[in-house]
Amino acid sequence: MAEPLLKIEGLTRRFDVSKPWLNRVIERDEKQFLTANADVSFEIAKGETFALVGESGSGKSTIAKMVVGLLPPSAGTITFAGQTIDTAAGIPRSLRRRFQMIFQDPFASLNPRWRVGEIIAEPIRTFGLMNPTDARKEAARLLEVVGLSANDVTKFPHEFSGGQRQRIAIARALSSKPEFIVCDEPTSALDVSVQAQILNLMRDLQDEFGLTYLLISHDLSVVRHMSTRIGVLYLGRLVEIAQAKKLFTEPQHPYTRMLLDAVPDLALSGRRRRAVEGEIPNPISPPPGCAFHPRCPLVHDRCKREVPLPRPTPIGQAACHALDAVATA
Amino acid sequence: MADPLLSVRDLVVEFPTRRGTLRALDRVSFDIMPGEVLGMVGESGAGKSITGAAIIGLIEPPGRIAAGEIRLKGERIDNLRPEALRKIRGKRIGMVFQDPLTSLNPLYTVAQQLIETIRTHIDCSEAEARKRAVALLDRVGIPAAARRIDDYPHHFSGGMRQRVVIALALCAEPELVIADEPTTALDVSVQSQIIEVLKDICAERGAAVMLITHDMGVIAETADRVAVLYAGRVAEIGPVREVITEALHPYTRGLMGSIPTLTQESDRLVQIPGAMPRLNAIPQGCAFNPRCERAFAPCFTERPELLALDGGRRVACWLHDTAKASEVPHG
Ligand SMILES: Nc1ncnc2c1ncn2[C@@H]1O[C@H](COP(=O)(O)OP(=O)(O)OP(=O)(O)O)[C@@H](O)[C@H]1O
Ligand SMILES: Nc1ncnc2c1ncn2[C@@H]1O[C@H](COP(=O)(O)OP(=O)(O)OP(=O)(O)O)[C@@H](O)[C@H]1O
Ligand code: SF4
Ligand code: SF4
Ligand SMILES: [Mg+2]
Ligand SMILES: [Mg+2]
Repeated sequence: MAEPLLKIEGLTRRFDVSKPWLNRVIERDEKQFLTANADVSFEIAKGETFALVGESGSGKSTIAKMVVGLLPPSAGTITFAGQTIDTAAGIPRSLRRRFQMIFQDPFASLNPRWRVGEIIAEPIRTFGLMNPTDARKEAARLLEVVGLSANDVTKFPHEFSGGQRQRIAIARALSSKPEFIVCDEPTSALDVSVQAQILNLMRDLQDEFGLTYLLISHDLSVVRHMSTRIGVLYLGRLVEIAQAKKLFTEPQHPYTRMLLDAVPDLALSGRRRRAVEGEIPNPISPPPGCAFHPRCPLVHDRCKREVPLPRPTPIGQAACHALDAVATA
Repeated sequence: MADPLLSVRDLVVEFPTRRGTLRALDRVSFDIMPGEVLGMVGESGAGKSITGAAIIGLIEPPGRIAAGEIRLKGERIDNLRPEALRKIRGKRIGMVFQDPLTSLNPLYTVAQQLIETIRTHIDCSEAEARKRAVALLDRVGIPAAARRIDDYPHHFSGGMRQRVVIALALCAEPELVIADEPTTALDVSVQSQIIEVLKDICAERGAAVMLITHDMGVIAETADRVAVLYAGRVAEIGPVREVITEALHPYTRGLMGSIPTLTQESDRLVQIPGAMPRLNAIPQGCAFNPRCERAFAPCFTERPELLALDGGRRVACWLHDTAKASEVPHG
């Protein structure tokens, strides 16, 4: 593999979710921490689309925020284009314009008092990439690229529907011509035909400019369609990384299998959609050993004691003791 | 046949702007029966959220309902005074907004918001309300609900916030739940859990759900019937299975082709050519005519009305009008 564009090693993020100090003293409560990500490592090569999937609360957005420098990690390193980022000092300006993020909540990321043209041109202005006249023209052009109209530059965000606002957020992310885009649920508010248009656009940009994506989506059909490789998160840990197409045909980790079985069936083929069994455990006090063990059909003694480490599989890597057993048997 | 729980007739919603009046909904009609889940699909900007907003009386001025009627159990609710509407909202109609953050106040904990809403609509003690709130969070799948209920919204992940909003909409046990993209930020496993909760509520209490989503997979397994909206008009309504497997309206057919599947190998997704018209440039006749492969003479002059066909299906397309269809050039 060529030099990765993004390399993440041992990324960990804890949140302090203790009650206020006074309550703690009165109720004699311990300080409590929630581990949103534990020891996450992966690489993304230039021109690749790496997807993160996992149940709600598994830590996908937290990784995204750490990667773009919105949240400092509690431990671990992030290396972008060979340069290790000093997460305490924040991302240097020279690197910052090379990546952009499309947020999960497009509503919150659009300033309601700004006109759409200003919102889209903001990254261009921040990095001084064009003069104001060209920036305005570029904003109008981008609006058409995402399927809106050039005249929309003078409107305010509240005049748009949910999906239209999401497209404004996408146009904004594209305006500074980044090399790397973190997309957190980029098409979740879009209907299928606009979604097809945006996904096709993302692919065209990738073919043309060699863009690299970190894609977060709960929609597995979108993920399958878009990505080169996929990482599966469970309770903040990566349980499997695999080539995209293979993950759907030969999932290795028991959790990945369970996740795939829960996909809704549009073909109405009569396949019973199986609800994922058991509940997502409390992330404040995750089960010891393999965090998936209370829900796992293959659980054995060792799973309750030892955290499984990632080991190679025919299609990538996975962290599961059952796979160890197969390999050593 | 039973009386509909909700009945919408010829609803027109307009937004006056400096450059003329925009008509976001143009004579939309549909019914929802008690215990039924009606799916509502359509392209971005088709008018799905505006339909929901009109029903609960939350069209933002200067936007307004310009014509038509909305009835809840036979009683008109589109012309109520603000106080009367506020009583209906939350209590009789629960709303899950498309944007989970706007329904949550960042300054209050999840517990404070749920308990207040419950106590506004149901006569019970604070402790009782809290118990209900925890049970509801548990039901929508928030892990460690009893503990996390005292967190603030920004401590929750995107999908967890969306579930809190669903719990808020359900907490006063409404007769009708309008859920605008309730599962978009949710992964499949939570999605199925939420869908079960919505279905259970219909079954247990005869409540009805209007489910707005662009996700046909969710519609396929949740809804009893589905309405397809295009440019502020109903293109097609019918039982889910029929509409998915043998769509009548050319637009609905295109919509089905754009869905990425877990098995297809092609690199590009089918796109319906062109885009939905802007509200200020809706063509004469059928709004879909510039994009329709099968358009013929009447499509450019007269708007097709919603035509009732066999099996509870309705479609607004001249191809299905026996008188007009005889003019179709080649079958
Ligand atoms: N306050 C407003 N002023 C002017 N136009 C508006 C306003 N609110 C909505 N619209 C327009 O009304 C149309 C319908 O909007 P609506 O929010 O109902 O779409 P939607 O079907 O819910 O789409 P999405 O799937 O993207 O959420 C859109 O074209 C939108 O631009
Ligand atoms: N600021 C915060 N304070 C406390 N806990 C937090 C904070 N931000 C996130 N968390 C917790 O970290 C965990 C992971 O959250 P994250 O937003 O990364 O999930 P996600 O995988 O993106 O989920 P979703 O699919 O629902 O968006 C959740 O349990 C969440 O409640
Ligand atoms: S390590 Fe054990 S509990 Fe965890 S996934 Fe593998 S078999 Fe299941
Ligand atoms: S009425 Fe005409 S233009 Fe409209 S969908 Fe039918 S065939 Fe196409
Ligand atoms: Mg998230
Ligand atoms: Mg909407």
